Amino acid sequence: MTKQQANWSPYDNNGGSCVAIAGADYCVVAADTRMSTGYNILTRDYSKLCKLADKCVMASSGFQADVKALQKHLAARHLIYQHQHNKQMSCPAMAQLLSNTLYYKRFFPYYSFNVLGGLDNEGKGCVFTYDAVGSYEKVGYSSQGSGSTLIMPFLDNQLKSPSPLLLPAQDAVTPLVEAEAVDLVKTVFASASERDIYTGDKLEIVVINADGIHREYMDLRKD
Amino acid sequence: MFRNQYDTDVTTWSPAGRLFQVEYAMEAVKQGSAAIGLRSKTHVVLGCVNKANSELSSHQKKIFKVDDHIGVAIAGLTADGRVLSRYMRNECINYSFTYESPLPVGRLVVQLADKAQVCTQRSWKRPYGVGLLVAGLDESGAHLYYNCPSGNYFEYQAFAIGSRSQAAKTYLERRFENFKDSSRDDLVKDALMAIRETLQGETFKSSICTVAVVGVGEPFHILDQNTVQQMIDAFDIVGEQEDPAAEPDAAAGQEAAAEPSAAADQGGSTDEGVAPMDI
Repeated sequence: MTKQQANWSPYDNNGGSCVAIAGADYCVVAADTRMSTGYNILTRDYSKLCKLADKCVMASSGFQADVKALQKHLAARHLIYQHQHNKQMSCPAMAQLLSNTLYYKRFFPYYSFNVLGGLDNEGKGCVFTYDAVGSYEKVGYSSQGSGSTLIMPFLDNQLKSPSPLLLPAQDAVTPLVEAEAVDLVKTVFASASERDIYTGDKLEIVVINADGIHREYMDLRKD
Repeated sequence: MFRNQYDTDVTTWSPAGRLFQVEYAMEAVKQGSAAIGLRSKTHVVLGCVNKANSELSSHQKKIFKVDDHIGVAIAGLTADGRVLSRYMRNECINYSFTYESPLPVGRLVVQLADKAQVCTQRSWKRPYGVGLLVAGLDESGAHLYYNCPSGNYFEYQAFAIGSRSQAAKTYLERRFENFKDSSRDDLVKDALMAIRETLQGETFKSSICTVAVVGVGEPFHILDQNTVQQMIDAFDIVGEQEDPAAEPDAAAGQEAAAEPSAAADQGGSTDEGVAPMDI
């Protein structure tokens, strides 16, 4: 008599890819808008981006029901913060809150692979990348999701800075100008859509800079 | 009100059927600095007088944003008010989280009232010593409620609480029939005039008062001092011109208002009088 295994999983993977790139005075956060399950497409028009604070946007791929719950939770915590401190949360503060929130469910995790992008208190771009249980790191660029294995090596090729062990210390943020970074993101998603079946349909790009938040879309392959 | 043998515990009734501790809590509200509220069909305005302990200290915060569509002005023990505001904010956030829509004002007010009632029926608690003017907007329109330490609540077109609030109430009683169709700016002006009544002669500047507005298309926010000062300057001259015409009305109004309040005082001192909570 073999051991009975669970045949129901509380999780599902809705696919998709997310990218964020930090610049000297801007930050680009992008994700595709395809939501799928198995080999089927649920919708071609689903936003994986969520504005958590004035200068802070989170992109999440994975199980979108968990992502939605996580976004609502963070939004409620942000409201409480605003009531108590009379100001918006900074991006680094939100980054720590996200990490703590994820680890809180260490033994029944949010199936959510996140990338947080925004401006820090000095107006410099910052990107934080996470795993499902809250381990995080501040980086100059990152990607998560089904296409990340295709996207990340390309970003490394274009953006990777010399080792942080070298002296003098090099800036983590990319020397690219905002327009170049947006172009790079478009190129990267166009390539990922070619080979990753879960990435495609439309690309949603959000740029955060001193003027505020600006959003644009680009069509991707629909197959 | 005089001390008697039935006023030590909140859980002790007096022979006349009164809970003195609750009434004493309402006295604490009357001692706090004034807060007023008034509403039209589309907007609600809250105003309060800033009382500072001394010239050296800052004044206490008496108006709190509870949510985009609800705000509250308090009079009495401000610490109790702060705690209740935190409770209200939490309730709004939880409701929003579950139902993805703003908490209707009437619901929040009932929850607040029930919370206050609990403190009137536990021997190890004391009533909250704060009166709350809750201003909010929901699907059924603009609302202004007054929450009492007793656990009662009432809806108002306009109301004032705290010290010297009777002067503001008199002013509001004269004008409240027009409030329903007032424009937002006229409503704010009426609020400032009502606040001025409670100051009774003190110089009226924006540093001595705080005004907040919530309305259709306008989330709850506190007006900044410059805007308030501009409005005070704008109608101050007009205010002086209006006074001679208003005086005969004011005199008549105050006489009429004085009689019921005198009757209430007499009722309060004898045990056979109507309990203030019933009014």
